[in-house]
Amino acid sequence: METCMSIVVGILFAIGTYLILSKTLLRIILGTSIIGHGVNLLILTMGGLKKGGPPILGLQGITFTDPLPQALVLTAIVINFATTALFLVLSYRTYRVLGTDDLEQLRGYENE
Amino acid sequence: MKGLNDVILRTATKVVVVIILAFSIHLFVSGHHNPGGGFIGGLAFVAAIVLLFLVSDIEKVRNNIAVDFKNVTALGVLISVFTGVGGMIGGKPFLNQVFGSVNLPIFGETGMATGVLFDVGVALAVIGASLTIIISIGEDR
Amino acid sequence: MNNLIILPVIIPIITGMVLVIFRNNIWLHRFLSLLATVLIGIVSVLLLEQIRTKGIQILCLGGWEAPFGITLVADMLAVLLVLVTAIVTFCCLCYAFSSIGAERERHYFYSFCLFLIAGVNGAFLTGDIFNMFVCFEVMLVASYVLISLGGSRIQLRESAKYILINMISSFLFLVAIAFLYSMTGTLNMADLSVRVAEAGQGGLMTAVSLLFLFVFSLKAGLFLFFWLPGSYSVPPTAIAAIFAALLTKVGIYAIIRLFSLVFYHDPGVTHLFIGILAAASMVLGAMGAVAYWDIKRIITYTVVVGVGFVLAGFASFSLVGIRGSVYYLIHDMVVKALIFLIGGTVIHLTGTGKLREMSGLIRMYPKLGWMFFIAALSVSGIPPLSGFIGKIFITEGTFQSGYYWLGGIGLITSLMVLYSVMKIFMNVFWGYTNLTEDMQKGTTRGLLLPMAILTLLTIALGLGTEGIHEYVDFAVEGLMNPNLYIDAVLGFKGQ
Repeated sequence: METCMSIVVGILFAIGTYLILSKTLLRIILGTSIIGHGVNLLILTMGGLKKGGPPILGLQGITFTDPLPQALVLTAIVINFATTALFLVLSYRTYRVLGTDDLEQLRGYENE
Repeated sequence: MKGLNDVILRTATKVVVVIILAFSIHLFVSGHHNPGGGFIGGLAFVAAIVLLFLVSDIEKVRNNIAVDFKNVTALGVLISVFTGVGGMIGGKPFLNQVFGSVNLPIFGETGMATGVLFDVGVALAVIGASLTIIISIGEDR
Repeated sequence: MNNLIILPVIIPIITGMVLVIFRNNIWLHRFLSLLATVLIGIVSVLLLEQIRTKGIQILCLGGWEAPFGITLVADMLAVLLVLVTAIVTFCCLCYAFSSIGAERERHYFYSFCLFLIAGVNGAFLTGDIFNMFVCFEVMLVASYVLISLGGSRIQLRESAKYILINMISSFLFLVAIAFLYSMTGTLNMADLSVRVAEAGQGGLMTAVSLLFLFVFSLKAGLFLFFWLPGSYSVPPTAIAAIFAALLTKVGIYAIIRLFSLVFYHDPGVTHLFIGILAAASMVLGAMGAVAYWDIKRIITYTVVVGVGFVLAGFASFSLVGIRGSVYYLIHDMVVKALIFLIGGTVIHLTGTGKLREMSGLIRMYPKLGWMFFIAALSVSGIPPLSGFIGKIFITEGTFQSGYYWLGGIGLITSLMVLYSVMKIFMNVFWGYTNLTEDMQKGTTRGLLLPMAILTLLTIALGLGTEGIHEYVDFAVEGLMNPNLYIDAVLGFKGQ
């Protein structure tokens, strides 16, 4: 299962990287978001995909899964949510003000 | 969204919004021992409000919910931080939680945790922040 | 257990959120944000005294003990940096009062500054590597907002790139954390140190450490500084000064903390690599500073040189070299804020950043001119100013460890930096005054005080090195001897 998940993580990273290398700002945001999912999956996989019950007091007699990767992923998702939302708002503003979302045209010029 | 022929959406929304809101409260309350909690409860709440945005105008909804969502965010974070500070006053570490059970009139013996207060803050912060973002994108067109 | 440690993190958060609620009262914003920085300063002074007398202080959040819960660790280095952060922020906020403009003030400028400070302080004080990621993100999200605040065309253009680069490095940070967790099964830095020492730092572990190095280099501007000149030259002066003083320093702190506490077993690979990167960033930064004729560009490239210098001392991994790094890190935070504020003031006064278009400002603004002179000497490490003591220790340290090339590059680039800042001084402040009374674009009213505080501080740090000597030695001792840190964190049982 871990091997399979590793391959999926690799595919997600590849797709995300491809999207980030494109010119349109919206595709780049989608790319970062997909890489973010890849990272979350990687954290879960690295913690070990064990089967077992939730680690709560009072549930005796069964194996427990490691709760830490899940807590990490939850935090990472929240942070990813916030940064992606901010990036979306900002790129929307960029599009409105500069009239383009093509990174080729967003290159720096000396005088502006 | 005005002017679209969205009778089905309008009719369904009247029912669905209530269900989503009820479910968000359920998610929030079940948070201590089961899947759920402030973050997810808050997001479900936002989903209901966004559905209202889609059906009627953003302006109309905002006139009816006369709250500034930035203040909601600030209030939520303050509540969360101050539940942490509460532990400090008693000489315990920051973010110390207390769990106890109280005998309530109707519910009987009920478990109460100060963690709930923290979660209230989280839920308010999530609701406020998400709606602020959605409104700031949706408002200028 | 010491609840004081959390205060530098939650004071700015609480203040910032209160400011969001009372958004229309700008005077309240100014007063409360200054009050918050003063309070952080007081708390960090108290902590410094406690650490000096009682050793490293820790706080287990929620009462969860060390390897399981989130631990905050206040050691000497971290608290010194928190103190300097508070002072620098105080000055930059003072500068912002009369320069930032009502529009930005109404759009939560002070709140986001305070959130940035909360993130910076959290990253300094945390003892848990995932928590460090979270604090980095708090700091970065605030910086995304600050860099785009105002929404001018050039700001929007640069902020998109800045956000993208930082998001990618954050993802790589998470990847590195995931690998580390799968190998060690812990995220507490003291516990990590113990487990890495037990298992030995093999090739795989070194590879992960280099991934961490890559992430932090991107944030600190160590060699991977291609994003830095663009991003740091677009926001308003006060914001750029805060960025230059604090953001790269957090990355440097993370490198120093991680490679002195956890990955210190293989200095022949990791520390040499840091040394090579430091040498490269010193050379490239100095070349950039020499080549440009634009005041903002020159001073942003001196930031890169400073980063290289601090880590050159650390790469030597000797007692003297690290002592130099700590001195230079403190000096660099103060003086980079100062030089950014002065550079921004010059642009504000003349309306241009081009060196060739201005001349003779010292006749009209003598105080500004001499403060820049002092700052310029301090940046390039002329005695008796604060840069000197750090530079001499760093050079001594690199020579001691046999990295003669590193020390030599450091000295040569110091000369290049001296040339480039003197180039600014000669062109901007000397010569005929071509700026007439009615041509000037603004006044220095209200701007001089914060710069004067920072100038005095750099002089005081140079002349009064003896005064902070004890604290710095304490910090260096903690860095050279990881067991002190580990004992303080993991030895805490019961109570």
